[in-house]
Amino acid sequence: MLNPQLSKDGKLAHLLTLEGLPKSILTEILDIAAPFTEVGEREVKKLPLLRGKSVFNVFFENSTRTRTTFEIAAKRLSADVINLNVSTSSTSKGETLLDTVDNLCAMGADMFVMRHASSGAPYLLAQHLRATGRDHISVVNAGDGRHAHPTQGLLDMYTIRHYKKDFTNLTVAVVGDVLHSRVARSEIAALTTLGVPEVRVIGPKTLLPTDVERMGVRVFHDMREGLKGVDVVMMLRLQNERMQGALLPSSQEYFKVWGLTPEKLALAKPDAIVMHPGPMNRGVEIDSAVADGGNAVILPQVTFGIAVRMAVMSMLAGH
Amino acid sequence: MPIPDAEQLIAALTDQIRPHVTADTAMVGIHTGGVWLAKRLHAALGLSKPLGVMDVAFYRDDYGKKGLHPSPRKSEIPFDVAGAPIILVDDVLYTGRTTRAALNELFDYGRPARVDLAVLVDRGGRELPIAARFVAHTLETPIAPTDSLQLEEAADGALTLRLIHA
Repeated sequence: MLNPQLSKDGKLAHLLTLEGLPKSILTEILDIAAPFTEVGEREVKKLPLLRGKSVFNVFFENSTRTRTTFEIAAKRLSADVINLNVSTSSTSKGETLLDTVDNLCAMGADMFVMRHASSGAPYLLAQHLRATGRDHISVVNAGDGRHAHPTQGLLDMYTIRHYKKDFTNLTVAVVGDVLHSRVARSEIAALTTLGVPEVRVIGPKTLLPTDVERMGVRVFHDMREGLKGVDVVMMLRLQNERMQGALLPSSQEYFKVWGLTPEKLALAKPDAIVMHPGPMNRGVEIDSAVADGGNAVILPQVTFGIAVRMAVMSMLAGH
Repeated sequence: MPIPDAEQLIAALTDQIRPHVTADTAMVGIHTGGVWLAKRLHAALGLSKPLGVMDVAFYRDDYGKKGLHPSPRKSEIPFDVAGAPIILVDDVLYTGRTTRAALNELFDYGRPARVDLAVLVDRGGRELPIAARFVAHTLETPIAPTDSLQLEEAADGALTLRLIHA
């Protein structure tokens, strides 16, 4: 089957999801991201790669961190960045997604960075561009519904590789609200592709997808059991805004059972790293003592995220 | 065409540069061959400032045509570029485009006092107004544009020049 993210010669044309992306491309993105990390330390924090290109950040759903880091990444590559908060503009007047996009193409867009509450929206956009002969415009998925958040998954892989060097001897636990989490899906796909031998998913039954084992993970409904001996703990945010119905008694109750406390973290390896995609709910899924503790690499994740997004954008724009 | 001996050229290049070295002189090698050469020159000249290395992949002018070069490496300039006299080192000078990219990158770190270019071999074929101040060897007969002349490093650190036919 033709991978919609790859061009005919097998290069990255869009970044829509990490599922089905070959290991060689994942590794290439991580390798290219490494030299970009150094740009933040220069007097002139800019590279000329995307000079003269227009990057449209089209966010149909709110975001601060992701939109900002995409904006910084594009600006460090010298692109012109246009931020559209579409949730407050045309669509609320009745315009369709593709009409909005066509208008932005008419304004000279070279790249779309898109977040949408509906799973598959960036894929629809990429298909539309291909069908209308605009292959030179690329799409980066910045999070679609419950489906995927590929750049978050990539920056998490970059962070793991930075601290642990090798994926093939790791035990990694993904903890919390997997059901509503596009981050978890992207993380699990990437971890599996990169050869992590044991990926664990830890959470209450109500917050795990029913067929979660099919993603190649070991499932734990007991956090203490699941954290034993792990090298990496990837916490997920409890997605209150995506929840409908009573999946949980209360956030206090959740913290008691599923919150990452120093006492629970002590079950992992002593040099385990703790990650979180943000924004953190302190006292809900993570204890402040852990979030601010020596094992946490949550802020480096944010910094690496800029380099990873620069790598993705420069791979997409250079063809 | 006989390929000159790289080790002899390195010795000659070192002698050429030595009279112009001051206490402030800094050196930057361009990946990959230029870094190997710069390491040798830097040690032989006993420069006090640590050696800088640059990969100009992010500054190349063929990005729009060819895309990003595979596996770019980190540029690291461990001294203050502002006000420093810098010797930029590459193995082979050809079109001048790599030097152009390196100059652009260098200036993003600060404003150097001066920049000189040192190369092992000048193979001609310039497409930009760029000249090297220190040249160990100039090819008398140009080699085919599709051929590439490059430095290779052996396991023991010895450097050799090799002509690669496309």
